[in-house]
Amino acid sequence: MRRQFSALHIAILCLGIGVLYVPIVVLVGYSFNASPLVNVWGGFSTIWYSRLLHHQSLLDSALLSLDVAVCAASIAVVLGTLAAIALVRFARFPGRFLLSAMVTAPLVMPEVITGIALLLLFVSLLHTFSWPHRGFLTIVFAHATFCIAYVTVTVQSRLHGADQSLEEAAMDLGAGPARAFIDITLPLIAPAIVSGWLLSFTLSLDDLVSSSFMAGPSTNTLPMLIYSKVKLGLSPVINALATLIIVAVGAGVICAGWMMRRAEARHELEMREAERLNAAPRVPDVREGVPRAVRSPS
Amino acid sequence: MNRTRHPRRWLIILPPLLFLLIFFLVPFFYTLKISFAESVIRIPPFTDIFTRTADHRLHLTLDLNNFRRLFTEELYGLAYLFSLRTAFFSTLICLLLGYPIAYAMSRAPRATQKVLLLAIILPFWTSFLLRVYALEAVIQNDGILNMLLLRLGLISHPLVIMHTNLAIYIGIIYSYLPYMVLPLFATLQKLDPALLEAASDLGSPPWRAFLDVTLPLSLPGIIAGSMLVFIPAVGEFVIPSLLGGPGNLMIGRVLWDEFFTNHDWPVASAVAIAFVVLLVGPIAIYQYFSARHLES
Repeated sequence: MRRQFSALHIAILCLGIGVLYVPIVVLVGYSFNASPLVNVWGGFSTIWYSRLLHHQSLLDSALLSLDVAVCAASIAVVLGTLAAIALVRFARFPGRFLLSAMVTAPLVMPEVITGIALLLLFVSLLHTFSWPHRGFLTIVFAHATFCIAYVTVTVQSRLHGADQSLEEAAMDLGAGPARAFIDITLPLIAPAIVSGWLLSFTLSLDDLVSSSFMAGPSTNTLPMLIYSKVKLGLSPVINALATLIIVAVGAGVICAGWMMRRAEARHELEMREAERLNAAPRVPDVREGVPRAVRSPS
Repeated sequence: MNRTRHPRRWLIILPPLLFLLIFFLVPFFYTLKISFAESVIRIPPFTDIFTRTADHRLHLTLDLNNFRRLFTEELYGLAYLFSLRTAFFSTLICLLLGYPIAYAMSRAPRATQKVLLLAIILPFWTSFLLRVYALEAVIQNDGILNMLLLRLGLISHPLVIMHTNLAIYIGIIYSYLPYMVLPLFATLQKLDPALLEAASDLGSPPWRAFLDVTLPLSLPGIIAGSMLVFIPAVGEFVIPSLLGGPGNLMIGRVLWDEFFTNHDWPVASAVAIAFVVLLVGPIAIYQYFSARHLES
């Protein structure tokens, strides 16, 4: 039976997905509003964007948030990938259950609770050892903790799909397990690692709750600043800022998606080529075909 | 395989294990400890439950008052109930709205599906805080929604939505709808059309085939989507604090206020521990067993 795609389906999709974008479109539209009253249209203007450039505290917290996001995402991507490798490749080791529970728990734990728990720990550490002072470092640790979960889940599913026989072939050819992993499997799971990093980066950049608990009196991340302004009502400067963020993130996601699809397509092509070489009677052994084709998939 | 027994594997296992132990598990035991402490005015603002007596013996004082307060003071019980109810009905509405969207997506041609998927995923990546903020401009008294309804003559006075519980519902549904659509779409897309064909060959009208074939087969997607919406909705802080009224009782907000406004850290810890035990615990156990069920 052919899949029917009727007018009703199109209407549901337009309505359903359209509604998701209405608030964003409204926000972008009003960011070009000349009137300081957010809901009254006063003509087209880019005044709020130039205001934005002179808003020093806003720029400072934007830079701080970017710093935090890069650090947190990098820590999370290393630890998350290691956790994924441990969980997928090592069938049993002491602490396996604990690791898998701790990796997934942040996904079901409200951030208010993890925030409070971590803050209580840091406060008493500070009381006992005079370290760490709340600020940049504590925010990075908190963000990395919940980002690890997302990286592990992403990399885990990719690692499950990666063909281990390729790695075994490399080891048959004399590569050590670490060498085989780095040359064969790491390129295969690279897209998942990249998307894990990007996901962590945006989650960290967007985080309000953990940051609020972790930040000391002088640290203000961008979401914290936005939240304190938004709490007082709509603000045209925030509209302009939000527009810039949404455009940047949207462009980034679309680019990343496009690049990943291209890499995927090339990878598939190479795999097919490898299989063809494999199947050809002239090359009776995997040793010639496979590793060469897989060495540079990205 | 031999190499999995290699001692060097601990180089891979230990870093994430230690990091999560220190920054995730230890804080919880610490919170548990403080939930038995008493609130005092000093830094840090709670008593130590371990004290040394004059003869150098370690003395443990467990103060159960914080937990008693959870039961005797109405505020906390109401907050738990309100959060559960709000999360439950938002999840239900998300399911009712998300199912038709996911269903229609699964019927679209392949190329269109990719675009639609991107359209659903894109809000995931844009700031949650900013999306909630964007909603404010729509549902305000003089916002787009009221303007539209007034123009159409459907209402004569602007609807008051901001700072009501309705705003919390709208906020949660708007923010979490993509979380419902994605897993539903994933299961519906995998559905074999031959099954529906078979049902119709055997004389089932389309609605019957839907109830007997499509709906039961999409159950994993329904469960996954509902979890993805319900879990974060229960503990939601940003939406009730920005869109809801000043006195709304979402547990995330109550916790926040207890911590930042009242500075009663032991009670906040008790609320957090109770939350973990009552809500997160059962969900985690359920997920653990359903994952094992899938593996076997």
